Amino acid sequence: MAETAPLLDARDLNAWYGESHVLHGMTFSVRKGEVVTLLGRNGVGKTTTMRAVMGIVQKRTGSVRFGGTETIGLPSNLIARLGIGYCPEERGIFSSLNVTENLLLPPAVKAGGMSLDEVHKLFPQLKERARSQGTKLSGGEQQMLAIARILRTGAELLLLDEPTEGLAPVIVQQIGAVIRDLKKRGLTVLLVEQNLHFAATVADRHYVVEHGTVVDEFENKDLAANRERLEAHLGV
Amino acid sequence: MYDFIFQFLGVSPQALFGQLLIGLINGAFYALLSLGLAVIFGMLNVINFTHGAQYMMGAFGAWMLLHYLGIPYWGALILVPVIIGAFGILLERLLLSRLYHLDHLYGLLLTFGLALILEGLFRKQYGSSGLPYNNPLPGGIHLGFMFLPWYRGWVVLISIVVCLATWFMIEKTKLGSYLRAATENPTLVRAFGINVPRMMTLTYGFGVGLAALAGVLAAPIYSVNPIMGSNLIIVVFAVVVIGGMGSIMGSIVTGFGLGVIEGLTKVFYPEASNTVIFIIMAIVLLIRPAGLFGTPR
Repeated sequence: MAETAPLLDARDLNAWYGESHVLHGMTFSVRKGEVVTLLGRNGVGKTTTMRAVMGIVQKRTGSVRFGGTETIGLPSNLIARLGIGYCPEERGIFSSLNVTENLLLPPAVKAGGMSLDEVHKLFPQLKERARSQGTKLSGGEQQMLAIARILRTGAELLLLDEPTEGLAPVIVQQIGAVIRDLKKRGLTVLLVEQNLHFAATVADRHYVVEHGTVVDEFENKDLAANRERLEAHLGV
Repeated sequence: MYDFIFQFLGVSPQALFGQLLIGLINGAFYALLSLGLAVIFGMLNVINFTHGAQYMMGAFGAWMLLHYLGIPYWGALILVPVIIGAFGILLERLLLSRLYHLDHLYGLLLTFGLALILEGLFRKQYGSSGLPYNNPLPGGIHLGFMFLPWYRGWVVLISIVVCLATWFMIEKTKLGSYLRAATENPTLVRAFGINVPRMMTLTYGFGVGLAALAGVLAAPIYSVNPIMGSNLIIVVFAVVVIGGMGSIMGSIVTGFGLGVIEGLTKVFYPEASNTVIFIIMAIVLLIRPAGLFGTPR
């Protein structure tokens, strides 16, 4: 698998918010079927990297290839249509839509997405609360909903931005199980995490981000050997 | 029994129901116009001051189709909203869309300026005395307690139907869920693969089309004249403030409700009939600044 061309290939990615230069040449890649994390402290540019891949920062330069297609000049709606599903850090559940409407909102971008039944099997709570207002769900349920709605679309690559942030341990475990299940189904995941322990239970590879650039990279199986170096980066 | 009530109130049933009907008619125009403003504001965050001019263009559109092309009222009812809506789409693409990254105020100034220009152009071409447009549904029916002209009944009916259909489309359909979601978080909706800029263009065209429809409906009732929009739009903005900026049901209910309240004021205290809506606006602004149906932003 290591020999195949990466599904997502970012090279020398720079991004700005207004005048402030946030990403300084991020280079990383994700192969098909992999779960890869971006680790790093608060404010190092992990979320901005997700937004830059998705095409929703004001200015970006460099190269982001998805399935061989250069996306750096594309608007976000066309990037999504190539087959990328985005689950933002703030979850982005719509308060004027009920749970089912939230679930059905993102249009299918490729064939092969899960059916509504499959999604409900994976997240039974969403079926029980189908008619509730989206933002009336608990934090954990909102996170499930934010992940669930991009599973229907047939996206091959899922961008999950801190899906465990602020959630109870039991919910974190549930989300971990879901991510492992998605990997089994052949989906590719780029995950932003601060929770190293959680990242180690789901990921194949890790990139360490500092000051808007990748400073280290290793396989999950080498995590123990690199623990000290990593903890120095993360400041834990 | 009825006689007693009317004697007690000191008004005749004819006067009361007559003014109620006028109130409903005015309310129908308030509702259609404030609905268009609400749809546009919700999606584009633009306070469309050109709305009154677009309503006026709807009335002129009906007049022009009849006089230059011989197309009667019923054809105009379909064609004019489409033509003026397309004109709105052009405005949005060429001008308004360049201002989205700026403060609301710039959109307001642009649309206000456009309204003045459009009114000026029509005044130069057609004068300001007003042009007549024949009633396509003459006659009416005696209901016992009052006389209902067919055309006025038709205006109330079609307005209610169009308002409810718009509400249904926005609140109950898939397309509407895109609109509601994009109103909340356009960036994320776009990142799901939906062409939000095109939705904004079409929404503006739709809102403008509603104003033009109101204009066609108004042509046989009021005379077709370049300032008919600016007279009405001030009241409509008060309706929007009372209902709550951006609320769909709010603009419909408030539009009809205030029309009726205005009509009743004409019966019981005629001196206040021109100001009652603004008094209500002031009270609502003091007690619920976001409007009766609005949510604070």
